[in-house]
Amino acid sequence: MSDNETPEELPLDKLPLDAWHRAHGARMVPFAGYEMPIQYEGIVAEHEWTRNSAGLFDVSHMGQLLLSGPDLDAAVEAVLPIDLSTLKLGQQRYSLLLDEDGGVLDDLMVSRWPDSLYLVVNGATKWDDIGHLREHLPDEITLNHLDEQALLALQGPKAADALARHATGEYPLSALTFMKFGRFTIAGHDVTIARAGYTGEDGFEISLPGHAAAEIADLLCGEPEVKPIGLGARDSLRLEAGLPLYGHDLSPETSPIEAGLVFGINKRRRTEGGYPGATRINREIADGTARKWVGLKLDGRMPAREGAEVFVGDSKVGTVTSGGFSPTLGAPIAMAYVAAVHAEHGTALEIEVRGKRLAATVSPMPFVPHRYFRGS
Amino acid sequence: MPRYFTDEHEWIDVDGDTATVGITDYAQEQLGDIVFVELPAPGTALTKGGDAAVVESVKAASDVYAPIDGEVSEANSALEDDPALVNTAPEGEGWFFKMTVGDAGQLEGLMDEAGYKSFCDSL
Repeated sequence: MSDNETPEELPLDKLPLDAWHRAHGARMVPFAGYEMPIQYEGIVAEHEWTRNSAGLFDVSHMGQLLLSGPDLDAAVEAVLPIDLSTLKLGQQRYSLLLDEDGGVLDDLMVSRWPDSLYLVVNGATKWDDIGHLREHLPDEITLNHLDEQALLALQGPKAADALARHATGEYPLSALTFMKFGRFTIAGHDVTIARAGYTGEDGFEISLPGHAAAEIADLLCGEPEVKPIGLGARDSLRLEAGLPLYGHDLSPETSPIEAGLVFGINKRRRTEGGYPGATRINREIADGTARKWVGLKLDGRMPAREGAEVFVGDSKVGTVTSGGFSPTLGAPIAMAYVAAVHAEHGTALEIEVRGKRLAATVSPMPFVPHRYFRGS
Repeated sequence: MPRYFTDEHEWIDVDGDTATVGITDYAQEQLGDIVFVELPAPGTALTKGGDAAVVESVKAASDVYAPIDGEVSEANSALEDDPALVNTAPEGEGWFFKMTVGDAGQLEGLMDEAGYKSFCDSL
């Protein structure tokens, strides 16, 4: 027996919760330059726990960046296709780091803090992102990498109940709706909580001091609704939620329009341009793209993984970018770029896995409905 | 009936000219939740160390190798309906396939239960 995954060989760093994960029985694997928990009791059990209760994920490998300085909005709009005139204090928004050709360098979250902008970027790309931002932002803009901060995600239908018992602030946690954030206190520690995540469930991302991470993780996992969840279930949850993962579904070789991320190019910017890759992106918004990122439901039980080729008859029409087994649906699902003429929902395609052709159907995403809290 | 183990975490029960092959409890524990097993068809010729089956967990696909030379005589059809048998009964009902023993001499290079246990402890 041998695992087909390629091990990473770079020296690995440890996250603030490293010992905590091991004490809770996590299996640790190399990921984004860190040793990270892939699972505790098992991916399917952890996946189902998150869908039904609340899961605590350590995402401290992600980069937390704080930008400040004169004419900050204009400087950042020259780098990101975001409309900061419509991003108010207390709001968070999805955006994209694009190269000059419109390829995706990273996807990220932008929040407006008082006198600054707070960015959360992917762990595997954070050093490149910092270099890119430093190179393309004026010298007057200060970039702080908040590497003393940990980041925990509490996700699931019971996340709000569990977190509300510990988070106190100027207003109750329930005042936060999806993509809003605020300053709170947990066990005397100052934290920032955003109502967001990457599982499709209601949930929160909590930025907290690294030295308080174990104490706060203990506090949250002391609640009956909460268990620690590994990266394995995080991946199967985001797959069911139809959310792209950088380095797999998004890369410099993909444009955000192919990936259906047109909402990441804010309306004013589509007209005005003035961001990297605007010429190509605006052309693709107007004319469409030759290929599109689609969801695929597979017949049978055999999963198709990243890299599997998609066919119509003898013609190769696409490539799988993420794929696996959906615990919620009890069936394999995948995401792929396919030629636009084969991207309609309901189109029958085939995926080749180890010389066999698996029947697949283009299906709407998310595969499992989102349950974000948008207000009552 | 002697049972042998490979350093790729397959087990093999030998009964005269026939052998039953599966993956060990250690292996299923490492793989996690098994969602699909691709088994060789009866009549398939196997070569020691060559690909014999594929086991898919939620996370990834892993190859299972033939412990000895021989020919597949039966695949465990119970795994089609319930791949999780590999997790719950890896060294029993969750067997993968039966095969002929093409070269009994190849068994001598494999580990016995005690040898395999100390091998796992060293990992």
